Order: sequence, then C-alpha cells, then structure tokens
Amino acid sequence: MKPAASPGSATPPIRATRNYGLTYAGPTALWFSFFFVAPLLIIVLYSFLKKGLYGGVEPIFSLDAYRALINPTFAAVAFKTLVSSIIATIITILIALPCGYFMAKSRHQTTLLLLVIIPFWTNFLIRVYAWIAILGNNGFLNNFLHRVGLTHEYIQFLYNQEAVILVLVYMYLPYAILPLFSTIDKFDFSLLEAARDLGATKTQSMTKILLPNIRAGVFTAVLFTFIPIFGAYAVPLLVGGKDSYMLGNVIADQLTKTRNWPLASAISMVITAVTTAGIMVMMAMNKREATRVMEERRAFADSMADSVVDPASHPTGGQA
Amino acid sequence: MNIPFPVRKQPQGEASRHARRAYRSRFSLSQTVFLASIVFLFMPLFVLVLYSFNESKGMGWTRFSLVWYEKLFLQSDDLWRAFGNSAIVAFSSAGVATVIGTLGAIGVNWYKFRLKVYVQAITFLPMILPEIIIGVSLLVFFSGIKLKLGLVSIFIAHTTFNLPFVYLMVMARLDEFDYSIIEAAHDLGATERQTLLRVILPAAMPGFISGFLTAITLSLEDFVITFFVSGPGSTTLPLYVYSAIRFGVSPVINALSVVMILGTVILTYSLRNFLKYIAAK
Repeated sequence: MKPAASPGSATPPIRATRNYGLTYAGPTALWFSFFFVAPLLIIVLYSFLKKGLYGGVEPIFSLDAYRALINPTFAAVAFKTLVSSIIATIITILIALPCGYFMAKSRHQTTLLLLVIIPFWTNFLIRVYAWIAILGNNGFLNNFLHRVGLTHEYIQFLYNQEAVILVLVYMYLPYAILPLFSTIDKFDFSLLEAARDLGATKTQSMTKILLPNIRAGVFTAVLFTFIPIFGAYAVPLLVGGKDSYMLGNVIADQLTKTRNWPLASAISMVITAVTTAGIMVMMAMNKREATRVMEERRAFADSMADSVVDPASHPTGGQA
Repeated sequence: MNIPFPVRKQPQGEASRHARRAYRSRFSLSQTVFLASIVFLFMPLFVLVLYSFNESKGMGWTRFSLVWYEKLFLQSDDLWRAFGNSAIVAFSSAGVATVIGTLGAIGVNWYKFRLKVYVQAITFLPMILPEIIIGVSLLVFFSGIKLKLGLVSIFIAHTTFNLPFVYLMVMARLDEFDYSIIEAAHDLGATERQTLLRVILPAAMPGFISGFLTAITLSLEDFVITFFVSGPGSTTLPLYVYSAIRFGVSPVINALSVVMILGTVILTYSLRNFLKYIAAK
C-alpha cells in the first residue's frame, strides 16, 4: 500500500529504520475498537436477539425485530423520515448554493465566513430554543401578529412537520454552505466568462459549466446535511408533534420507554445502512471524484478549525 | 423597504444589452439569497438577545429589565452545577482526545503499518454516522459492561466523538509539513522522542490547539449523545437547557443564551489573537 499522498507536497518517504506507526496510532486504534467498533457490533448482535422482559436481551436468535420493522406503523415513520430528510436537504442545498457562490466571488471572504460560522458555533439547543421562542404559541411571532392586529387567536406554528423541516434547514444550512464555498472558491471563474463570451446565457453557464465542475462539493454538502437530518432526534423531539416523529425518536422510545432493545438496534441498523449507502454512492462515483470529496471533507474540518483559530490563515479565507 | 446596499439605477430605454447585463451581475440573485440567509441565521439569535432584557415572563414585550440575568447569576444553582459538569467533561475529553488524536495523525500520516486502513476507516465513520447511533450503541455497550452511567460514561462518549475532529485537524497541518525536516532531525542524531517533542509537536501545534478547542466546543454543545449516556446526578448544561425548554419559553434560558453567544464570540476572538501572537513569535 502506498502512503497517503497529499496535494502540494512530495510523498513522504517511508523510513527504513524503525517503524513507529503503530506506536503512534495504537491508542487511536484501541480507543475506537473499544468505544466505537465494539458498541456497533453489539448493536448488530442485539438486533438479531430476542427482547428481554425488562429491557436488555435474551440470548436467543430471533428475527422479531426485523419483522417489526415491516410493520406498517414503522414503515410509515421510516418513509416519512426519508421524505422529510429529502425535502429539508433539497431546500438547504438550494439556499446554500447561491450563498457559497456569492461568498466565493466576494472580496470579503473572511468576514462572510465568520458571519456563517458564528451561528454555527452557537450552542445547538440554544438555536433550537430560539425557534421555540419565535414560533411558540406564546412566542415572538404570535405576539407580534397579535399586536399589529393581524390575528386575534394564537396560531399553532410549532409541533408539526413544517416546523421540523424549517428548524432542520436552519440547523444544517452552515454544514452545506461551508463545503460548497470551499469548492466554488477553487473553481476557475474565467470559464464562466468564456461561456458567456461564446454566447451562453447566464443560466446556461451556471448549469452547464459551474455545476458539473463543483459536483464533488455538492455531493459533500448533500452528505453533510442529509445524514444528520436523517438521524435527527432533538429537533423533532422539541419542535415536532406526535405525527412528525422521526426514526431517531422511535429508537429513543424503544430504548427508554418500551424497552425493546432489539428493535431499537434494528432501527439503528437501518439508519446505519442508509448512511453507508450514501458513502458507497460516493465511492461508486469515479475514484478521482471520491478523493475530491474526501479532500472537501478535510478542507471542511480545516476551515472549521481556522474559523476559530485564525480566519486570515485560511488558504482561501485571507484572499482579497 | 430599505435595502442595505447601494442599488444602481437600471439603464433606461433601449440602452445597450451589455450595460444591463453588467447591472444584473452586480445586483445578483446570489447576493440576495446570501443576505436573506444571513438574516435567517441571525434573526433567531437577535430575538433571544432582545427578549432576555424583557421584564415579562412571556414573549410579549413589556419593559427593559435585567431581572433574568439576576436570576441566572444568583438563583440558578442547578444550572451552574450543570455547567460545572459540562466543563469537567469538556476539558477532560478534549484533553484526552487531543493527545490520542495527535499521535494517531502522526502515525497515519508518516508511517506505513498493518492496521493503517483500519485506523483510517474508524476515524472517518464516527464523523459521518448520525449522533443517535453513537449514543444508542454506547448506551447498550455501557449497560453490557455494567458501567454505571454518569460523568465517566459521558467522558468516554465525548472523547469518542471528539477524537476524529482532532485527528483530522492535526492531519491537515501535517500535510503542509515538510517531511525532510524530520529526516534532518534524525540525521543530526535526534532520537524518535526528541524528534516528536522538539520538531513534530511544535509544527503540529496550530493543528492540535484548534483541534482541542473544537473538541471543547463540540463537547459543551452535545445534547443527543449525552442524553443517552448520562445518569442521575450527571446533568450537563445542554441536558439542563433541554429540561428547561421542553415545555416552552423560559426567560432564564434567554439570558443564558446571550451569555453563551457572547462567550463564543469573545473566546473565538481572543483565541485568534493569542494564536496570532504565538505565530508571530
């Protein structure tokens, strides 16, 4: 196997003397084997066992959990989760694309980057809470509408599907903007000019030149928004009603209330499978594309780090 | 409506198509969407800031008052206890994750060894999997090994989700680092330990400092995973906030939000300057 080559620097030679690779990476490998791989394997195992009387499992092989998954109630929740996640992801990407484009073209990238990142760094629950304060029955919006005389009764904005999608879009918008920005920033804008000179309309130059060139970034953004939204738990719990429950909430209920651990495990397996499928699609795109997606992911982590530490040092952030 | 940026007057009549094109590219769709998004992102935060100074308990504005700040700082013992728990978990998990993750990144970046692919895969997956999967699997795991749920289990969970971030951030720094410097250190007779302490770690410092800080932030803000692996008496700040907002608006949480938003901004800013200072030295 070849060592991971990095863009811009020569492939580091492998030292012939002593190999300290495992000495360095050993703690990482051990930690994840214990606290990540083992727990996941237990979940796989539990999903094939019989449910214990008071939570837990009995060591008897059983497909009950998977049978329960085909049950119309669960199938309906799974389907609804999928639909809401797709809708929320599409809205997020549609908003994030022009945002990333504008930021990449701007002369004030550092400032714009900070503007996107400040809400992103604000506590997760506080951001959900802000929407409860706005949309709640006695919230900001209802009070405002009442005061200006538009409404006399309180309107129930919260606890429905639309509220869940709105808040999900709000929560994950920065996750989509950041990778899109970093991809579009690397895009050669003179290609757009060339297209326009050759007679393409603005829309044509966007759809036929820009979009195909930033495919990897778009895919990263989709992955970054769809996966957490598909596994959402807190948002539907706080701003959703009984009919806007998502798979994450069903898992929690099975785990803590109904105490059907095999079923909770089986649903977790479904979410893991969907997530893995997403990554597989990424790998199935040609290899070059896949590497680019991986690079985007790293650039994303890096831009997150730099935004805290030093936006000016960001390879793209400090440019005029 | 006032538009907060200058709008150029559209060329009149049969003016040249080019001029209009130029005009259109100035006032662009992307700009409009971006500005609207920024308003969308900040508006909820502004509402919280504004209403933290509201005297009444609800979201109907009555009068300016600092009563909720007084409540927050003087009469919220449970909240501060939760904050203490959060701080303990954040610093310990970020510290451990930084040490392990930095070493891991050094190993994977510069060496070839048998488990390399395994290490690369397991540092990638936790970032991608939805939080609830990690929470649920750890809960099941802890109950399997009969570990009592509490600060220790939260610490383990937080270290697990923090590690990949530290690892990636250090990795990104090491990528830019010239390997020949390490060779030079070896050629000049430095032992592996000396090379690590005097050459590699100083070079990777921006990476692991930002990794450490990201880890602290992620840990302070985690709700979902903590929710599953916490036990009685180990309430962290997000869990406290959750119980307070579960059934609607809570003005003390408005005040807390403002303190937290300010804390984030000040911390980010001072840190930036601190690191610039280090870099300049």
